[in-house]
Amino acid sequence: MSGPGIGWYLIVAAILFGVGALGVMMRRSPLIVLLSLEIMLNAGNLTLIAFARQLGDLDGQIFALAVMAVAAAEVAIGLGLIVAMARRRLVLDVDQASALRG
Amino acid sequence: MGNFLVWVVWFLAAGACLASGVAVVSLTNPFYSALALIGNLASLAVLYLLLAAEFLAAAQVLVYAGAVMVMFLFVIAYLGGRADAPWAGGPPLLRAAAIVAAAALLVEVVVVLGLAWGDNLQDPAQVSDSFGSPAEIGELFLTDHLLAFEITSIVLLVAAVGGVVLGTTRERAESDA
Repeated sequence: MSGPGIGWYLIVAAILFGVGALGVMMRRSPLIVLLSLEIMLNAGNLTLIAFARQLGDLDGQIFALAVMAVAAAEVAIGLGLIVAMARRRLVLDVDQASALRG
Repeated sequence: MGNFLVWVVWFLAAGACLASGVAVVSLTNPFYSALALIGNLASLAVLYLLLAAEFLAAAQVLVYAGAVMVMFLFVIAYLGGRADAPWAGGPPLLRAAAIVAAAALLVEVVVVLGLAWGDNLQDPAQVSDSFGSPAEIGELFLTDHLLAFEITSIVLLVAAVGGVVLGTTRERAESDA
């Protein structure tokens, strides 16, 4: 493969994962936390696809597709929760939403 | 020359990817955060293309940057001003701990990468032109990974049902009262 080797992709994925983790831990708006989670999932996907290319094995790409489907499901549920919180006039703050009871 | 061009595209895509990732995490208006995430997903799709994952790059743009982000933008528009996410508040100790934890994660991965750099991260496997094409992915999904394929459909069904249940709880509670 001409161009950057797999290590460069892995470094980008590592930095992206760190940025996403920082967002999940520091931000308190559930919307931003969900967006940061997407960044972390995509960093994992980039790693899977980089190794699929490195090893010449498509299984990594299949796994990345499965991760994409799970991420879509997670966003649907997460946004449903946020809308439910908003409808109940709860504060949109993950630190204050500590009780699981409706 | 082709090699140089690949590096240029890689640097542009990786730079856009990291910059938009930082923008997602740091912006206070969730609408702009969501737009930055669309840019992040699009530049990741370019990286996928460089890694010979054509189908995944297309799926990334269609499913993520298209469908999922539209869902995000709808919810942000529905919430309106309530969605604003200022940085203020939160114990400073917690923030420091978050930065330390994220930096630890990053250092961990980079050290592991550095240790493995010379060994087997160099020569990638030779792959045919059809590597990562929809035909090959589809064939694998319907042969070797049929179970994963079916379970994915159940996961999506459960998520759809869960979304409907979460969305209708309040109306039902009102009609009971």
